[in-house]
Amino acid sequence: MKMVNLTIDGKKIKARPGEKLLWAALDNGIYIPNLCAIKDKPEPNAACRLCWVEIEGNKEPVTACTIEVADGMVVNIRGQNALALARAGFELLMASHALDCAHCSANGVCELQKIAKTLKCSLKPRRLRLLLRDLSVDDSNPLFTLDPNKCVLCGRCVWECRKSKEKAVLGFAHRGFDRVLTTFGDEPIEERCMNCSTCVEVCPTGALAFKEGKKSADIA
Amino acid sequence: MKATERSTIATAFQEISKRAVAHVRELKQNKPYILVGAATCGRAAGALDVLKTFREEIKKRNLDCPVIEVGCMGHCYAEPIVIIGKPGYPPVCYGYVNPVIAERLVNEFILGENPCPEFVIGALEANDILPSFQDFPRAKYEQKIILKNCGHIDPTDIEQYIAAGGYTGLAKAIDMPPEAIINEIKKSGLRGRGGAGFPAGRKWQYGRDAKGTTKYIICNADEGDPGAFVDRAILESDPHSVIEGLIIAGYAVGARYGYIYVRAEYPLAVERVGIALKQSKKLKLSGSNILGSNFNFDIRIFQGSGAFVCGEATAMANSIEGKAGTPRPRPPRMTTSGLFGKPTVVNNVKTLAYVPQIIKNGASWFIKTGTKDSPGTAVFALAGKIVNTGMVEVPMGTTLRQIIFDVGSGIPNKKLFKAVQIGGPSGGCLPEASLDLPVDFDSLQNAGAIMGSGGMVICDEDDCMVEIARYFLEFTQRESCGKCTFCRLGTRQMLEILTDFTQGKGKLEDIDNLEKLAEEVKAGSLCGLGQTAPNPILTTLRYFRNEYEEHIKLGKCPALMCQHLIAYYILPDKCERSCDACIGSCTVEAITPNKKRIKVIDQEKCVKCGTCLKACPPQYNAIVKLSPPSEVPK
Repeated sequence: MKMVNLTIDGKKIKARPGEKLLWAALDNGIYIPNLCAIKDKPEPNAACRLCWVEIEGNKEPVTACTIEVADGMVVNIRGQNALALARAGFELLMASHALDCAHCSANGVCELQKIAKTLKCSLKPRRLRLLLRDLSVDDSNPLFTLDPNKCVLCGRCVWECRKSKEKAVLGFAHRGFDRVLTTFGDEPIEERCMNCSTCVEVCPTGALAFKEGKKSADIA
Repeated sequence: MKATERSTIATAFQEISKRAVAHVRELKQNKPYILVGAATCGRAAGALDVLKTFREEIKKRNLDCPVIEVGCMGHCYAEPIVIIGKPGYPPVCYGYVNPVIAERLVNEFILGENPCPEFVIGALEANDILPSFQDFPRAKYEQKIILKNCGHIDPTDIEQYIAAGGYTGLAKAIDMPPEAIINEIKKSGLRGRGGAGFPAGRKWQYGRDAKGTTKYIICNADEGDPGAFVDRAILESDPHSVIEGLIIAGYAVGARYGYIYVRAEYPLAVERVGIALKQSKKLKLSGSNILGSNFNFDIRIFQGSGAFVCGEATAMANSIEGKAGTPRPRPPRMTTSGLFGKPTVVNNVKTLAYVPQIIKNGASWFIKTGTKDSPGTAVFALAGKIVNTGMVEVPMGTTLRQIIFDVGSGIPNKKLFKAVQIGGPSGGCLPEASLDLPVDFDSLQNAGAIMGSGGMVICDEDDCMVEIARYFLEFTQRESCGKCTFCRLGTRQMLEILTDFTQGKGKLEDIDNLEKLAEEVKAGSLCGLGQTAPNPILTTLRYFRNEYEEHIKLGKCPALMCQHLIAYYILPDKCERSCDACIGSCTVEAITPNKKRIKVIDQEKCVKCGTCLKACPPQYNAIVKLSPPSEVPK
């Protein structure tokens, strides 16, 4: 297969034709902030709106997850306009995220912390007001808890959970600001969960977290 | 296509057309007839009772006079509307008809020779007896292309549509090579009437060029903007024009199936489109082997469940597929991978309604109307503070002033014009200074609004621009699907700030914050809903910034609309001692008389419902609204 040559931040890389720019960058060790990207999903979610990049010849920044690589493409992931949009999106997310790193099991491995570091911005929103929803935590499962207040609605867990029909426990409900990660009829996760706990492994934040002393190996 | 087939198409259609003309002649010629406008607007005003009365009266007297249920003529302000045709008279249009008037019209005009000029709005043709529509100022500007049949034909009778020239375009089209149709549409410069104004011919070309054998056409009838009702009126009044356009689009693009995505909240439209589809199939104008050709095209109705976002093409495709109505990222274009992953062309109701006439009359006919870059007409739904609410169709390039003051007859109650909100929640508010703007796709876009769905809401001096922006934001944030960050959280953040403004809790730096956030949501959102949601804010900030500042700096709502920033006050020198109207009207007993029997409002108790202001008799007019509330004398 003929590979496509492109340049990201001065680094020359090769990518398979038809591949999305985000994955070409990530596979070559170039980190672009992202939350909703799922490699084996045929269509990108394009929901988190964080992977903004600037492409030479384009006036406006674009999301790297929706753009296919092209030969000779020159990409700048630190452009001012791209950074401004990424930061704006991130601050919006953080303004509705129950921030409590010190008591969060994801502390240290949380992707929100990683993104804040990359974008050089604070975890606490400075400009926007806090809009928290105070949703109830589901701790019915013996292995893990679901705290929707920490959820960024990236959809990774939903994708994993719905890969097989027998599982399909998690999903999104409601719309607009009320959109929430939940189960059918808001029943406790434990009702149908097969305890594969893949959802916990893919969660970028502490929204789905193992209970103390549990880990994926504990699957019965 | 072979010559033999060509002649069979023409012959087949000639047969149908001949029968239709004979049917309509039988129906209307040499006898009186009554048309009752019974679209949703008419029905809301009581058209069904009027219709019933006419039918009963005609039956009682055993008259040969058909009573025909038609759609909306566009004069929604005067519903229920009735047109009576009688040999020897021009067809006459009556407004504000009720069952009593209906009975009189039968007695005096159908039976007698008195056309009852007191109920006439206008005759349809110029004449010596009655005032006609040609005498109206709006006649100078109005030019009807897609509203031509609305209110004049029975939408449930395909033959009336055919007799009015309908399906001629289709018969002509399937005698043409598909490429020639696309070229004709391209030449006509027809732009999508759904909002953005994308050239329809180019979209069809993309669809035709797309790889794949299965292709779809979707008619977008998911009209959900507050203040827009043109699509509904067309579907209810002239459904065949849309169906004909859809079939031509299918033939041109090479699609086998078409969908009409219509909101379930439009039950009458759903019903009438359903009837129209059955009739067109029966006459072999849709379905298999259309007019004896080898072209097959089937149309299905899909009822949307009322999500505004499903008007966005990719969300609409998801919705038809049975998924949640959330948008998909583009690229790929819908014309590459749309419904069920197949090439799909999505056209608005109005766009499709133009198609048959462009094919029938030719592109050169179409470009005679309108402006160079936006040919044809613009259809607007006039609503809000305007005398003639209803639908208007004027050539592109007509100015806003002409539309509002000449066609719409201006602002009622001698109030002053303040702004016009065009394009619904995705559009913007334009001030008086923009009134001389010739309306077309590009001029509106430059001014910060969009053509959008054609909703035009007129605001007068009593409308607060901050509140208008808040109202539309409340709508978009509620209708956001919640998939992407900017729209889900950004619209909510903006709504919070706007709500603070209207409640007198805003800070000056919030204006800059709001403006920045609005630009970010516009740039960052996934689909058109989020990308255009900030438009009402951005335009009101651009044209009415001082109003925002007054809200914040002075705690004052200049339009006296924001409840938190006003107080009701009874002027002591105007209040009449012997009148107690306001006391009785007050829902919370906040009004009491003082020693001189002058009424006083207890501001602590007052809930600002405004009932007292309406109750105070006009000869006293003693109650006023004051802003800020501190204006109330102690």
